Amino acid sequence: MKHDEVLKEYSEKLSPALLQEIAASVPANIAKEKLIKILEEAAGLYSRAKINAGECVGLVGAESIGEPGTQMTLNTFHLAGVAEMNVTTGLPRIIEIFDCQKEIKTPMMEVFLKAPHNTIDKVKKFAAALKETLFGELVSEYSLNIYEQTLTLKINETLMKDYGFTDIKELAKLLKTKSKGFISETKDYLIIFTQKDKGGENLKEMYGLKEKLKVVKIKGIKGVKQVLPVKRGEEYIILTSGTNLKDILQLSEVDATRTYGNDLREVYEVLGIEAARQAIINEVYKVMEAQGLNIDIRHIMLVADIMCASGAVKGITRYGVVSEKASVLARASFETPIKHLINAALEGEVDRLTSVVENVMINQPVPLGTGLPGLVTKMK
Amino acid sequence: MADLYINSKYLGPVENDQQFVAEFKDLRRKSSLPEDVNIYHDHETKDIYILTDEGRARRPLIIVKDGKPLLTDKHLEQLKNGEITWVDLVRQGVIEYLDAAEEENALVAYTPEELTGQHTHLEITMGSMCGITTSLVPFSNRAPSSRVIIGSKNQKQALGFYAANYYLRMDMDANLLHYPQLPIVKTKIHDVTGYEEHPSGQNMVVAVMCYDGYNMEDGVILNKASVERGLARSTYFRPVSAEELRYSGGLVDEVSIPDKDVKGYRSEHDYRFLEEDGIIYPESKVNEGDVIIGRTSPPRFLSSLDEYNLSAAIRRESSIALKHGEKGVADFVVITENEEGNKLIQVRLREERVPEIGDKFTSRHGQKGVTGILIPPQDIPFSTRGIVPDLIFTPHGVSSRMTISHLMELIGGKVGALSGRFVDGTLFEAEDETSLREELLQLGFRDDGTEIFFDGRTGKQMLANIFVGNMYYLRLRHMVANKMQSRARGPIQLLTRQPTEGKAKEGGLRLGEMEKDTFIAHGASLLLKERFDSDKVVIPVCNESGLMGYYDLRKNGKAISPLHGEDAKVSNIEMSYAFKLLLDEFRSLGIYSKLNLINKY
Repeated sequence: MKHDEVLKEYSEKLSPALLQEIAASVPANIAKEKLIKILEEAAGLYSRAKINAGECVGLVGAESIGEPGTQMTLNTFHLAGVAEMNVTTGLPRIIEIFDCQKEIKTPMMEVFLKAPHNTIDKVKKFAAALKETLFGELVSEYSLNIYEQTLTLKINETLMKDYGFTDIKELAKLLKTKSKGFISETKDYLIIFTQKDKGGENLKEMYGLKEKLKVVKIKGIKGVKQVLPVKRGEEYIILTSGTNLKDILQLSEVDATRTYGNDLREVYEVLGIEAARQAIINEVYKVMEAQGLNIDIRHIMLVADIMCASGAVKGITRYGVVSEKASVLARASFETPIKHLINAALEGEVDRLTSVVENVMINQPVPLGTGLPGLVTKMK
Repeated sequence: MADLYINSKYLGPVENDQQFVAEFKDLRRKSSLPEDVNIYHDHETKDIYILTDEGRARRPLIIVKDGKPLLTDKHLEQLKNGEITWVDLVRQGVIEYLDAAEEENALVAYTPEELTGQHTHLEITMGSMCGITTSLVPFSNRAPSSRVIIGSKNQKQALGFYAANYYLRMDMDANLLHYPQLPIVKTKIHDVTGYEEHPSGQNMVVAVMCYDGYNMEDGVILNKASVERGLARSTYFRPVSAEELRYSGGLVDEVSIPDKDVKGYRSEHDYRFLEEDGIIYPESKVNEGDVIIGRTSPPRFLSSLDEYNLSAAIRRESSIALKHGEKGVADFVVITENEEGNKLIQVRLREERVPEIGDKFTSRHGQKGVTGILIPPQDIPFSTRGIVPDLIFTPHGVSSRMTISHLMELIGGKVGALSGRFVDGTLFEAEDETSLREELLQLGFRDDGTEIFFDGRTGKQMLANIFVGNMYYLRLRHMVANKMQSRARGPIQLLTRQPTEGKAKEGGLRLGEMEKDTFIAHGASLLLKERFDSDKVVIPVCNESGLMGYYDLRKNGKAISPLHGEDAKVSNIEMSYAFKLLLDEFRSLGIYSKLNLINKY
């Protein structure tokens, strides 16, 4: 570029990314005056978009999310007759996200598929294969014979064929690892377990075996409890209830660039902190939008930034973000004051009074807005 | 075989359940069994429950046999002539009371016309689904149930003629409406309950319209001329009482004008209304601070030392005076004894309450509103016949609340006022809307109740026709005069040195957590600090130890540090007293909270 020096002059006024964008979008043989004019205009807009020093972004953000939050309806809406999954929305979901709860109420994924696999017939088959099937679902009858010390399982024939098993022996094979110490026989649609060394108190063991076999995974991906193929735009995708991003993303049919899960902790563990930050923003914005509330996305971005600043996702709870506040008094004024005060006393903690709450407490100007600047006078 | 229970306790088997229940009921109707016993037959389990315990809500119904009510015209004739009473009807087995359980076995008809062979009972009147207060709402079948309930609740708060012997009574917070009227639109319950003995409202000319913004958001506008002629005027009575308490050691309070050497003596001016006996004379106009009953009490603590001390004999002032913002006229004085035999003095204060901005009014349909303005007579809108409204009600109050009954009363009231009769608005039995409209037309008015109106300020005809009529309006007991309060400086709490809370203590209005946030969000830190200065203190703090020190007046006011004595450097630090208290509490826990002082500049 021939005007490199001109661009360099503006490196303090504009961010490097913005300069690059301008350089790329203007014609290469632009006149110097014209470029300066463009840069001046950009610099003006850029500086106007900046937040002033002493502007209280945190509190404005908190109130901007909190106030519309009071108008949110607690109940989720249900659309009758529409094949949709019931997803937590509204205030409960917001709390779930901001508190960064370990177990969310309705974990779900949107699984996008690569080009040849996203047609209706293929999606249906693929979706069925994803669903986690437990052995217990196939059993129509358990019978425990105390006298002969045998456990007989009757398999539902039609269900078994639906799930793609042609022979009962296949099924029995899957159960082998879980039924050590037992001999299994198959007969028609029956699987019979007999104890290897008979005698003694082994009724309990038989009972334990029955419970163990019930939860043996015979098919699908762990954690995926339900699947629902849905048309999204031109293609078909799969909605799942229950998440397992790690395993899903490894499948070759899945388009890993677009597949999406709503469990923040899982997103963080599988995709990293930046993905988690974006997921927080997306999820909160989605809830707000669904409720018809219009809040500036930058407020949410600020909250997401704070939650992810330490490199791990932290909830806005007394164990999460709040526990990292610098001020003892500020922490004590949020939940569990005694714990914080006692610990501060034990450690000899110093409160430097740099934030809002503690200064309100001791009746000093808050270091924001008019309270930020000080006067410097020359002493004679 | 069926099981029989009495009050949920198993009694024994019954062979023929159907027959048993029928015979039981028959015996009760013949008065062989007490009439307040009920029986419930569960058709599915064949269980029979007899209920005799207390606390069951029961209601009377006319008994029906073979599709014919047992109550005949002959009974009604006898009732009218006073030959029989209600109790006789119950004894004769014409009427019986059912509780919630027995109602399950009954099929009740609303009207005689819909009776069939299967019905067991007939409703005495359709309106019996409502209680007495709810029945006082006219046309209540034309409004949502929620509004009818609100309307009946509001009537309990209305000012009226509450007792004929009010001038002899010492009621707490009593209100008396000056010219109470009977409602033009009334229900049968008004007649039955003797409403004319104690009416609680006035028939006002009500226009449904706007007048600038003064009746928006549930406001009402009053005609100042009407108010000055006595509309909705009331008197407020409040007793002030004092007791001559007895203390241990034979000491007693004394009601009298306090001597000047009494501890806590007010000023001569404050005692000016007292007669020699220390009690105010009737008809004196009192204001805040004026003493109503003069009283002195013995000194508070009598230790053995003080008994030899002459100054201990000084008594304490304990007069009853009017508090901040109170005023009135001493109306009536009573001197009696209370249960403990102590002398008791009660003074009733009276205050005339002219309706003013902020007073609450309501119709009987849950359409309450607060006065927004009193319009002077020259500005009030008027109709072609020169009729001016007493009260202007906002049309926006009706659409969302759906109180059609409110509009019906307006038309009914108009018909009643013009033709000089009462209009019946009883639940389900009210006068017909079309007949009311027809009557209005015959009286020379438009049948929809609207009239052409002119703006009093400009004299111009209004663009819309105004819906106007007569309505029974109630003045509610919530008056601004009892609630208004303001404060600049005033009393503070002893512990925290923050302003007190509440009207009774002349308290301040709290700038709360969320209000604080708005100051911060605007960056008005210094203004916020000033707002929170109400409990600010300047405390000497030792520069080295960081502990709070003090000034020792015995040493010429030298600053003393608790650790380093006189030699330490001490700085005056401004902080909130609440924080100083917090630091004190830390120290009481054994926590050394050290203030590190740094020069700001």
